[in-house]
Amino acid sequence: MADTATPAQAGSGETRRDFLYLAAVGMGAVGTACVAWPLINTMNPSAEVLALASTEVDLSPIEVGQRVTVTWRGNPVFIDHRTSDQIQQAEAVDVAELRDPQADDARVVNPEWLVVIGVCTHLGCVPLGQKAGQDRGEFGGWFCPCHGSHYDTSGRIRKGPAPLNLPVPPYEFTGDTSIVIG
Amino acid sequence: MSGFQTNSRVIKWIEHRMPVFSFVDHSLGSSYPAPKNLSYMWNFGSLAGITLVIMIVTGILLAMQYTAHVDLAFDSVERIMRDVNSGWLLRYIHMNGASFFFIVVYIHIFRGLYYGSYKAPRELLWMIGVVILLLMMATAFMGYVLPWGQMSFWGAKVITNLFSAVPIFGESIVTWLWGGFTVDNPTLNRFFALHYLLPFIIVAVVVLHIWALHQFGSNNPLGIDPKGPQDKIPFHPYYTVKDAFGLGVFLIAFAAVIFYIPNYMGHPDNYIPADPLSTPAHIVPEWYFLPFYAILRSIPDKLLGVVAMFGSIAVLFILPWLDRSPVKSGKFRPLFRIFFVLLMVDAVVLGIVGAKPPEGLWLVVGRIATAWYFLHFLIILPLLGVFERPKPLPASISEPVLKGGGSPMGAGATAKPMEKA
Repeated sequence: MADTATPAQAGSGETRRDFLYLAAVGMGAVGTACVAWPLINTMNPSAEVLALASTEVDLSPIEVGQRVTVTWRGNPVFIDHRTSDQIQQAEAVDVAELRDPQADDARVVNPEWLVVIGVCTHLGCVPLGQKAGQDRGEFGGWFCPCHGSHYDTSGRIRKGPAPLNLPVPPYEFTGDTSIVIG
Repeated sequence: MSGFQTNSRVIKWIEHRMPVFSFVDHSLGSSYPAPKNLSYMWNFGSLAGITLVIMIVTGILLAMQYTAHVDLAFDSVERIMRDVNSGWLLRYIHMNGASFFFIVVYIHIFRGLYYGSYKAPRELLWMIGVVILLLMMATAFMGYVLPWGQMSFWGAKVITNLFSAVPIFGESIVTWLWGGFTVDNPTLNRFFALHYLLPFIIVAVVVLHIWALHQFGSNNPLGIDPKGPQDKIPFHPYYTVKDAFGLGVFLIAFAAVIFYIPNYMGHPDNYIPADPLSTPAHIVPEWYFLPFYAILRSIPDKLLGVVAMFGSIAVLFILPWLDRSPVKSGKFRPLFRIFFVLLMVDAVVLGIVGAKPPEGLWLVVGRIATAWYFLHFLIILPLLGVFERPKPLPASISEPVLKGGGSPMGAGATAKPMEKA
């Protein structure tokens, strides 16, 4: 060990120690991060929660003008069998005027059927309008009682604090009158 | 002040190996000198500590009877109320204890605001206190979710959704917080785990709070430093007995609520089991969150509303640097006193607005009150420090009482405030 103390090597020895110090601390930091991630990730949705990710719905009993609520991944999904008036209303809106611009035909597969997630995009309340007699807001769609957001007959945000339209879940028609959500 | 002394050989034996008795004596015994003019407003610190202990004791006992599962939680709470021996008492103490904890802490905070307890050299003490307030809010919020009633569920949903306002990562953060796609069983489980953990973290931060307090000792109603031993009295027995008397009064009020109006501060909707498909017509948080909820709702933009709500706490963090007046106590600040009263009124108005639906006149009142809150801290306080002419300060804590007779005995002690004895 005596040779490490010679004056000629003192300068390079210090740089070497600095490098070893940085490398050791850097390695420790990377290692800690590698272990931290799986620990943090345990709090993300687990496999059995993800497995519940699709719901099949039979649309045949739903009459024109009727709205039903089904559950998908624990959240309510609104299915609206729209009347021709409601479809016209939704299509007549000038898209450029909307807060979250989206044409009605981009939000439906078949215009008669509107399928949206029934969770207000403001802070997550379930908007009113699914049951007869409930307040449907100023645009004939849905009205969120928590903080006063109004949605139109296409589920688009028209008034109030919510920033986005009611989201359309991924779904497809498996027959003329049945869909699979998710 | 004399140091710790004893005749007991057992205590001497322990003290020699681990000086725990002199530590306690120095912390809240006869060796801890406190300003002799502390009023009853200085009771609320120790009251808050005692309330924390009450909450932890009742909470641990409740946890032995509670089941953190969406199908069982509501019924397990009802079982505590009906079947567990004195379970109703345990739950009513814990439930109302949360409200009383906030009452005590809010008084403690407003006392600090009025007497300038946040000013140098106590800035860090104040900031640690704000951390305790934040931890208390998180703990109270998660505790309210556990009974799994309608308000529990929808309160949890609305508050966790605040994080969805974060740009880009918002959705992922909320999914991570929930452990699913909505508030559900994983959420309830983790909230229970955290609700059990956080009080002990609060205890740890309270230790830091007291540590920082003991560096310079308590502020006092005059806001001037003690000039010597003649301005101080030992904490024990003088303030231990004063705190004990205050505790008695506090417990009378606490017991009156527990035994006569235990549900007065609660919300009846929380006795309806949680239903993820139906939001109650009118969601209201517990009363101690109402002012912050009012600030959130008074801003029409989602992200800015959340920023303003957290900002209302953040201004407290930087308060020691916003109020530049060298005078601590509001007693000697004629203009500050007026604005202090206005701030208290403003906080109450925000609380009332928070309980009302955000429509019509309430929305306008809420916006004005929110604007005033930030105006007070960000504009008025800094300007007061420059333009206000404070009244002359007394020469010492003893002087106003003894009419000048309280000057220090030793001439050398006049220049400097006394160090810790």
